[in-house]
Amino acid sequence: MDLMTDTKIKISANHLNVFYGQKQALFDISLDINQNEVTALIGPSGCGKSTFIRCINRMNDVIDICRVEGEIKIDEKNIYEPGIDIVSLREKVGMVFQKPNPFPKSIYDNVCYGPKIHGIAESKDDLDAIVENSLKKAALWNEVKDRLQEPGTSLSGGQQQRLCIARAISVNPEVILMDEPCSALDPVATAKIEELIDELKQSFTIVIVTHSMSQAVRVSQKTGFFHLGKLIEVGTTEKIFKNPTNNMTQDYITGRFG
Amino acid sequence: MVRPLPIVRNEKMNLLIIIFIIAFSVTCFFFGKSQIKKIASINQFKPKALPHFYGFYLSLWCALPALLIVLLWTIFEPFIVKYFIISSLEQTSSENSEQLNLTYQKIKSFYLGTFGGSAPDAIKIGAAKYASFISIAQNAKIVLILTTVIGFLLIAFKKIKNNIHAREGVELIFKIVLIVSSVIAILTTAGIIFSLLLESIKFFSQINFFDFLFGLEWSPQKAFVRDASVALTAEQSKELGKAFGAIPLFAGTGFIALIAMSVAVPIGLFSAIYLAEYASPMLRKFGKPVIEILAGIPTVVYGFFAALTVGPLIKGVGDTFGLEVSSESALAAGLVMGVMIIPFVSSLSDDVINAVPQSLREGSYALGATKSETIRQVVLPAALPGIIGSILLAVSRAIGETMIVVMAAGLAANLTINPLDSTTTITTQIVMILVGDQEFTSAKTQAAFALGLTLFAVTLILNFIALRVVNKYREKYD
Amino acid sequence: MTKEQRLQKRYASEKRFKSYGIISICLALTFVALLVFKVLSEGSSAFVKTSIQLELNFDHKLLNTSKQPTKEEIEDIDFYDFTLQHILKVFPTSNRDEEKQLIKLFTSDFEFEVKKYFKANSDILNKVITLNITASSDLDQLHKGNYQRDIPENRRKISNFQLKIYDQLLEKKKINKVFNNYFFTNGDSRNPEIAGIGGSMLGSFFSILVCLIISFPIALLAAVYLEEFAPKNKFTDFIEININNLAAVPSIVFGLLGLGILLNVFELPRSTSLVGGITLALMTLPRIIIPCRASLKAVPPSIREAALAVGASKVQSVIHHVVPLAMPGTLSGTIIGLAQALGETAPLLLIGMVAFVVQVPGSPLDPSASLPVQVFLWSESAERGFVEKTSATIMVLLGFLIIMNSIAVYARQKFEKKWI
Repeated sequence: MDLMTDTKIKISANHLNVFYGQKQALFDISLDINQNEVTALIGPSGCGKSTFIRCINRMNDVIDICRVEGEIKIDEKNIYEPGIDIVSLREKVGMVFQKPNPFPKSIYDNVCYGPKIHGIAESKDDLDAIVENSLKKAALWNEVKDRLQEPGTSLSGGQQQRLCIARAISVNPEVILMDEPCSALDPVATAKIEELIDELKQSFTIVIVTHSMSQAVRVSQKTGFFHLGKLIEVGTTEKIFKNPTNNMTQDYITGRFG
Repeated sequence: MVRPLPIVRNEKMNLLIIIFIIAFSVTCFFFGKSQIKKIASINQFKPKALPHFYGFYLSLWCALPALLIVLLWTIFEPFIVKYFIISSLEQTSSENSEQLNLTYQKIKSFYLGTFGGSAPDAIKIGAAKYASFISIAQNAKIVLILTTVIGFLLIAFKKIKNNIHAREGVELIFKIVLIVSSVIAILTTAGIIFSLLLESIKFFSQINFFDFLFGLEWSPQKAFVRDASVALTAEQSKELGKAFGAIPLFAGTGFIALIAMSVAVPIGLFSAIYLAEYASPMLRKFGKPVIEILAGIPTVVYGFFAALTVGPLIKGVGDTFGLEVSSESALAAGLVMGVMIIPFVSSLSDDVINAVPQSLREGSYALGATKSETIRQVVLPAALPGIIGSILLAVSRAIGETMIVVMAAGLAANLTINPLDSTTTITTQIVMILVGDQEFTSAKTQAAFALGLTLFAVTLILNFIALRVVNKYREKYD
Repeated sequence: MTKEQRLQKRYASEKRFKSYGIISICLALTFVALLVFKVLSEGSSAFVKTSIQLELNFDHKLLNTSKQPTKEEIEDIDFYDFTLQHILKVFPTSNRDEEKQLIKLFTSDFEFEVKKYFKANSDILNKVITLNITASSDLDQLHKGNYQRDIPENRRKISNFQLKIYDQLLEKKKINKVFNNYFFTNGDSRNPEIAGIGGSMLGSFFSILVCLIISFPIALLAAVYLEEFAPKNKFTDFIEININNLAAVPSIVFGLLGLGILLNVFELPRSTSLVGGITLALMTLPRIIIPCRASLKAVPPSIREAALAVGASKVQSVIHHVVPLAMPGTLSGTIIGLAQALGETAPLLLIGMVAFVVQVPGSPLDPSASLPVQVFLWSESAERGFVEKTSATIMVLLGFLIIMNSIAVYARQKFEKKWI
């Protein structure tokens, strides 16, 4: 339990150290993520935000030379314990990437891919319902409901990213990780997605890595500031941006560097 | 009596001429290089280029036109000699063109000393004419070459005296040489099409085109013993036409190719998938070249293995099960051919799979898919056009393969879908018809070229489609 | 199905899928291993030949010639009779049939071996020398263990009498295996024991030489033109399409081209390595042009610009700077193309390099066979003696290919610059 508010702690990182070969990328990170909140991770390029977020769904396993020490607990269970089923973990923790990466399939197939492999749907009608639901939640349904069989790649950039969000939602995760989801999009599309994030937090826990401080202010309730692999400061968004404790945080926010 | 001269004489003369041209032009090079300063001061100009360019200019102008003439002369001399001899024969003899051709061949072989038996007087007289022609031609050639060399040398020299920019001149010659070299590729294709078409047209003037394409019986030995000089009766002609039905060949080629692909595609594709997605970097580094070794083994070695090991093995296994297996089964040839084709499928597929962006894979992993699910449902569909392209190229290779089928498949032109039977292919027939003595006027020999034309056309179309497909795929991801 | 069950099923599927990949790779490798094993086990015996030791007394009286015979007198000596006398001395018989069988134990031209030795060593006159005479192919195969002894005589190639003699020779230790020099020096022959690949090796060598001389310069020049000088127009596209097509045309079509044009129209001499070389060159051209272009393309524009900036002309920048940098890739592509040409059989069959050629060719203008064609010819032979020779030829051929490909790979790795 987070003593400050009533919210439950969904994800908890404890003394996390991450190495790429000999090089250390994250130093002793300890951070709590609250349920049904949006937590933003900010910091200059290369400071380890993406590395951290990729640890939460063990995406770093894909990289051979990456080594993780420490623990990350989701719902009190350490996901780095031996014997943890990664496939099930990733069903629970979804991810949206920096550059939209819809599959070269139809819109419908993009969204129903997840449910299909996890066997979530029992019939075609179930599948249709899931697809419709996910697209609605991603605020994309009205735009594509008449052309579900068209390729996902035929959509605009912003629409593609919402499609990826719908895809992530389709398996009913508890957490959605977003790695700079708007950096490849124009301001209008960005605004749409930020709106979406605000709605989504009612159903999911969201962790978002962002380059834009204004975005962090707009969408998040909690913010963590990373620099050179270390977690410099973490707190409510209001506090971090109005009254940071650490000098480096202050410097970053006021634009002195990064 | 004409004493047959050895043929080497003509080649030796050519060699001497070429050596002379080269030696002369090298001399010109040194002359030009060393003398340019003097020449320039005599004629009162300042040379625009370094001395060695003047040397090159002179020597290239000497050598290249002359060498070109040597080449063209050597190529066209036989035509011209043949034309003259035959037209002089035409005046005195009543034979038709085919027979005249034969007579000409006999004259030539007598001249070369390869004529068997005693020759009739007409041949000996003809050979005497031939000999005198050859010697006139040779003398003319020498005169022409000398004139060319000296003539062009003088032209080049005059240009130098007029202060041309030697380096630009040399570079221009260089660029022309470059273009000519590139055109040779076109000439090769033209040569292929020309030689195939020429004989095929002769073939199709005797055999109906549709009888060839759609006929069900292939028995060219019927045409073999025929005397080319006797015209065909209508009935004989019809019967002949039926002997060249190529459907059994197409079927055999396709069937063996099918067997081969059913071996090569699964093994090649899965090898590629494993190496691209699962293998450690070390394994990937060694695995790919090792599989490429399969492509480097000469096909005659595969044929040897198929005929002497795999064939008998299959027959042995078949016999123990009571099946009737030919010793030259389509299965043996197809299996071994399939192994040979594995690297074609695996190499290209490997490239194509690696080209699929990593972001697609990560999108799939992030949804909780296993690696095999990702490969089957995301990566392979994305790579599909490229994989299909590689399969088409492999099929084209299988259809055109010769040695494995010559050594391991049979000559029996039967229509069968039983892999334990023997069947023949287009390439086998081409080899069987053309290896051994042939007369070029017989329909059998011409049939080989018609088959070759068909093969060329089919592989061309397949390659074209395959490249289009692969290029379209590349556009998507590059 | 519960979630658990479904998960297990998915993981099982994953394992199966992965194993397909491993099995595929293993199958491919097993095939290569089997092939190599068969060739090595069958072919290594071809490098030795069985020979029979025979004592010969080169007494001039036995040779039926004068005390100091002149060259002409030596030519007149009947070595066949001379040698036969000595054979009968060791195994005397008056039976004509047995005598024939005795002679059949030796190579069919055994008298030439004796004659050659005599002519080469003038000082052996009137001395007693022990010579190793090559055994016949049947005896050779028997000694190498390829013939069964315990089958009825009429199904054997060696008669009972010959077997008896063989056993006696074994006991007296007069049979041994020596290095088979004939394999490398002789041309083809009807008799397996003296057949060799000397002719076909030279035939291959000449063909590849002609191929190299023709294809390398033309390919290099064409690639330089297409990559550096050609304007981007329809004509250039046409040339490029042609080259890419030619690289994929089946090799037998080039054989037809050689037959139709080189032999028929240009009337070049049939069965010679010259024609073989030209045909192979036409086939190899595109296979050199393509890697050469790739190497040229890989040279960064900055090199060309630097050369131009110091005042070199375009031609000079290309010749002096770009081409040398592209050489490692070009040369390795050339060597690989030549290796492929070395292994080609079909085109050479069609232009006649499949003749039974006994004489080792002296120049590209002599008729010859090539190594792969020799494999083809011998593999079809019914005689047991040719089986090991076929495999041995394959060993030699593969040996050359391994060397060539290794040089190509090594050259590329050592000399190629990796542009960042």
